[in-house]
Amino acid sequence: MPGTEASATHAAHAELRTDGDSLVVVLAGDWSLEQCPPRFETLIDGGATGQGGGRTLAFDAAELGAWDTSLLIFLMQCQDYCTEHELECNRSGLPERVSRLLALANAVPERVQAEAPPRASFVARLGIAVLGVWRDVLAAITFAGDVALSFAGLFTGRNHMRWRQFWVVVQTNSSGALPIVTLIALLVGVIIAFLGVVVLERFGAGYYVSYLVGFGMLREMASLMTGIIIAGRTGAAFAAELGTMKVTEEIDAYTTLGLSPIDHLALPRILGLFLMMPLLTLYADVVGIAGGMIVSRALLDLSFTQFTNGLLYAVTISDALLGLLKGTIFGLIVGVAGCMKGLQGGSDASAVGRAATAAVVLGITLIVAANAVVDWLAALIGV
Amino acid sequence: MNDDTPVIEVRDLTMQYGTRIIMKDISFTVGQGEIFVLMGGSGSGKSTLLKHLIGLKQAAKGTILFEGAGFDISDDATRKRVLRRMGVMYQNGALWSGLTLAENVALPLEEFTTLDAQTIADAVSFKLALVGLKGFEKFYPSAISGGMRKRAALARAIALDPDVLFFDEPSSGLDPISASRLDDLILELKASFGTTIVIVTHDLESIFRIADRALFLDIDTKTMTALGPPAELRDNPPNPQVHQFLTRSSVGAS
Repeated sequence: MPGTEASATHAAHAELRTDGDSLVVVLAGDWSLEQCPPRFETLIDGGATGQGGGRTLAFDAAELGAWDTSLLIFLMQCQDYCTEHELECNRSGLPERVSRLLALANAVPERVQAEAPPRASFVARLGIAVLGVWRDVLAAITFAGDVALSFAGLFTGRNHMRWRQFWVVVQTNSSGALPIVTLIALLVGVIIAFLGVVVLERFGAGYYVSYLVGFGMLREMASLMTGIIIAGRTGAAFAAELGTMKVTEEIDAYTTLGLSPIDHLALPRILGLFLMMPLLTLYADVVGIAGGMIVSRALLDLSFTQFTNGLLYAVTISDALLGLLKGTIFGLIVGVAGCMKGLQGGSDASAVGRAATAAVVLGITLIVAANAVVDWLAALIGV
Repeated sequence: MNDDTPVIEVRDLTMQYGTRIIMKDISFTVGQGEIFVLMGGSGSGKSTLLKHLIGLKQAAKGTILFEGAGFDISDDATRKRVLRRMGVMYQNGALWSGLTLAENVALPLEEFTTLDAQTIADAVSFKLALVGLKGFEKFYPSAISGGMRKRAALARAIALDPDVLFFDEPSSGLDPISASRLDDLILELKASFGTTIVIVTHDLESIFRIADRALFLDIDTKTMTALGPPAELRDNPPNPQVHQFLTRSSVGAS
């Protein structure tokens, strides 16, 4: 959107001349952002030896052609130079439209002076980070407490949960999750069986591969892998959904109506996942063991009956129940982490991404930690 | 382009979402250096029309010409060249939240010009100063107020000195002083650079103050029902809806 002052067609050009006590900047040619405009610092440095002594900077725009922001950038540099060297800047030689734009750029309507926060020292930043972690821990405990109260409210009739949202979560984490759980559980069963075949065959104990697959899937891998899948799939979705609602102030709308976002938004999701995770774990148990069976049949020529007999001899119902208990706990962890990170998110677009990432990282970390704790407790009580 | 060619020409435009017609039989032109307002009630399709003008939506029927050429059917290079000459300020600013204000304004300059880094930095400072945000270069959009975000969005829209500027509800969410200051700036851009400006708004004060001509979209008849200078439309309304809209009355003229 260039202005035009004369019919010049040559490139932007600026030079200095002295006129009495004034230093005159002669502007000529077409000034366009399409090419780099002259810089005033270069001009003044180049002519410094012969141009000293002037107390006023003036302009001659008689030969100025078309112009755009590039001219204004140059003039701002002139203006900054004048301020720095205490020169008077006489803009009368400039076209009126240019002067008006410069005046507009020089007006400072903000009453509060903009100041970027100073960079803190390393110790201060470390302290801020530690305090941040402490606040996160407190917030997590508070959130878990709120969820527990909300859950209790369900039984006392105080909390009227949105059952439609609950059923959506149930549907998403039942039939919706089966394809990925099937694939991963089958492959994990296959991998454990491969491992068993390679190691146990060396001792002539290939038959016991069913023990390994049974224990591995029922006690550990089915619940662990399902938990990780659901953390990446559903935990991230919870955080993104609630994070977006936070950005669009839907969460605030609940709060200002005196309604609890936890009752209405978090609880249906957490409860849905809490109830579906053991079922998904059970399904992963069956599929994983089937995978192990197929590999045993293919590599060891072990019949399905032999495999099943070995499996039933080795594992007990408590192994399966331990896995289901873990699955339930993991469901709770993923649900709480996803909803918490979503509800605690910021109010800009990138906050949604950060919430989803944080939900997955927190979910997986807590799942692995909880797995270790449950295993340790199980060992203590001899399960 | 010869001098008589309108900057924007819309012929028999029909806009629709899926099979649902939003507006039909829209025809108008916007001349060089004109401030043209698209007005109408909520849900009348003003913002949708703007999206058609800037090439974000394809016309279901009809033609949109930019300086006599249909840019929506041109090849990618032509389309980019045309878009390079347009600036858009979205209703909520639409600043990129991961970039500082300076980076937001600098991005179009980095992508579309060969200017060196120092010149780009100077240009960014100038544009931010022009909208009253000098000194806020390093701030992120989330750290400034809604009104400041709108002004920063304007600085980004004018980064490349566009020939045509589009505004979607520029004064919504602004206090009267900020809205008036924004109107001043729009008038100054027109006066200084001869920029053609298309504005979607239903802010009557702003319409009467800055618009050269206004187009009224009627939600009931799903078409345009008035076109002309706002004061003329107010004094001689062609239909009750326009009278009702321009006089802010709850009943139409008889």
